[in-house]
Amino acid sequence: MQILEKHKILEKNATLLLIFSFLVVTIGGLVQITPLFYLENTIEKVEGVRPYTPLELTGRDIYVREGCYVCHSQMIRPMRDEVERYGHYSLAAESMYDHPFQWGSKRTGPDLARVGGRYSDEWHLDHLRDPQALVPESIMPKYGFLMDRIIGPQYVRDRVETDALVGVPYSEEMIAASVADFRAQADPNADAEGLQERYPGAQQRNFDRQPQLTEMDALIAYLQVLGTMVDFSTFEPDPTR
Amino acid sequence: MADNDKDKPVDPHLDPANPDNRISVQRHAADSEHAAKIVGEIPERPRADKPVAPKMRKPTRKGLVQEVGSTGHQWDGITEYDNPMPRWWLWTFYATIVWAVGYVIAYPAIPLVNQATKGVLGTDYRQEVAAEIERFDQANAAIQTRLAEVDLDAIPGDPELLSYATNAGGAVFRTWCAQCHGSGAGGARGYPNLLDNDWLWGGTLEDIHLTLQHGIRDPQDGDTRYSQMPAFGSDGILERAQIDQVVHYVLSLSDQPHDDAKAADGMQVYTDNCSACHMEDGTGDRSQGAPNLADAVWLYGNDHETLTRIVSEGPYGVMPAWNTRLSEAEIRAVATYVHGLGGGE
Repeated sequence: MQILEKHKILEKNATLLLIFSFLVVTIGGLVQITPLFYLENTIEKVEGVRPYTPLELTGRDIYVREGCYVCHSQMIRPMRDEVERYGHYSLAAESMYDHPFQWGSKRTGPDLARVGGRYSDEWHLDHLRDPQALVPESIMPKYGFLMDRIIGPQYVRDRVETDALVGVPYSEEMIAASVADFRAQADPNADAEGLQERYPGAQQRNFDRQPQLTEMDALIAYLQVLGTMVDFSTFEPDPTR
Repeated sequence: MADNDKDKPVDPHLDPANPDNRISVQRHAADSEHAAKIVGEIPERPRADKPVAPKMRKPTRKGLVQEVGSTGHQWDGITEYDNPMPRWWLWTFYATIVWAVGYVIAYPAIPLVNQATKGVLGTDYRQEVAAEIERFDQANAAIQTRLAEVDLDAIPGDPELLSYATNAGGAVFRTWCAQCHGSGAGGARGYPNLLDNDWLWGGTLEDIHLTLQHGIRDPQDGDTRYSQMPAFGSDGILERAQIDQVVHYVLSLSDQPHDDAKAADGMQVYTDNCSACHMEDGTGDRSQGAPNLADAVWLYGNDHETLTRIVSEGPYGVMPAWNTRLSEAEIRAVATYVHGLGGGE
């Protein structure tokens, strides 16, 4: 083929090869990257989705650290069986503050996108400590050690700032109050007004029934908020999507 | 160079005197004998800038494979065959490209400035799932309406309703209830067994229905079934010794091993603190969800240690109200299912 013969000119001229390689990479890169600039418009505007509280964010890090995503997805697909089992199908907006998202596709255990409020804290405690005590056929490992791991707020502010850096809308006020909010959410006697103002609907209580603030508190706080931010009794699906 | 070679000791690997080198010596001898012939027969090497046109690798009539051309690339005298890609691979590759283009056109794909492409097929998963759910709702609508409207007591007597409610209720149970009560409804420590005839809040169809609707100690439901056993130890109502005595008394109620002297002392503690809910004889009170302490069924365990913990800290088992998550027909179905498991009254 004649045109392929012309290719030899490029192969023999290093500068030309460099220029044309750059062109190819540029076109390929543009095709892949340009749509991402308009990714925002694929995310439906939904009421109620807020950034995670500092405690929930910490729990989320524990969720990632323990590899929960290896067995649990967080993505309810628009299919009848999934909607009937897990609840309303997931919306893009519900994971827009997730860095990284936890959608997953491997379901050794059930989907957790709407596990929030589905069980009591006591159930989560019983279940995380010994899953087989509640579900004999379960193969989930035991996570009772989380109750012994006391956590402090030394990295909380950095953590929130990092998420703010990648686009999560944490305000200056939220960042400044992050350590106080972190402590307040797991303390039923703390003044909750600031927390509620900054994070509407944040659940405030002693999640693990222990006086200390442990990783178990953080993880349960995270599990209990999953999928609860959007009020689906008033949600109208956007017909153009 | 040659001068230097003379000074060097003879390399034993090249020394003709070394018997190990005899094959190499013989080969060199043969090569020099046929030197003229070898030079004449060296095949012309393809030049790098003039590759030989690739030939197809076709089996000849004798079943042999024809030699293919060279790409002209050489490394250390090894030339590279210009074999074509396997046809099946190449065509599969082309097919995937065509498929990808078609798929992008047919289905929602690329985010553009205002919104993502919609695809010419007009696929809308949201509408599909809504239509699918609607279809099943329609199919079940008649019997679900009847199930929701009929008198509760009439359900077991109506074979059609009973059959539907038991099956649909089983599905609801396995989705929403099995996590605590077990997939076989056998319960777990702290989560009641629904197969036996021991009920905390009553085992008639009506009782089960009410429990399902409003839950037990659900903070979000005003009509929830509510009672709270005091934390006799942590709230300082009883002394440690008194708790020990009352635990022995409770053990004696169900004829389990206990200390008679302590149990005798515990009787007074029991009468003063426990009998209002658990009754004088320990048989409990369903209107308050107070369990029967005189039988062999134990929710949290019957050993001394567990009972001490329960009396000290006070149990606070919860069950969510289901009327916010399930329809009336679904609640009635699962009530019928649980009622029919064996312990229904």
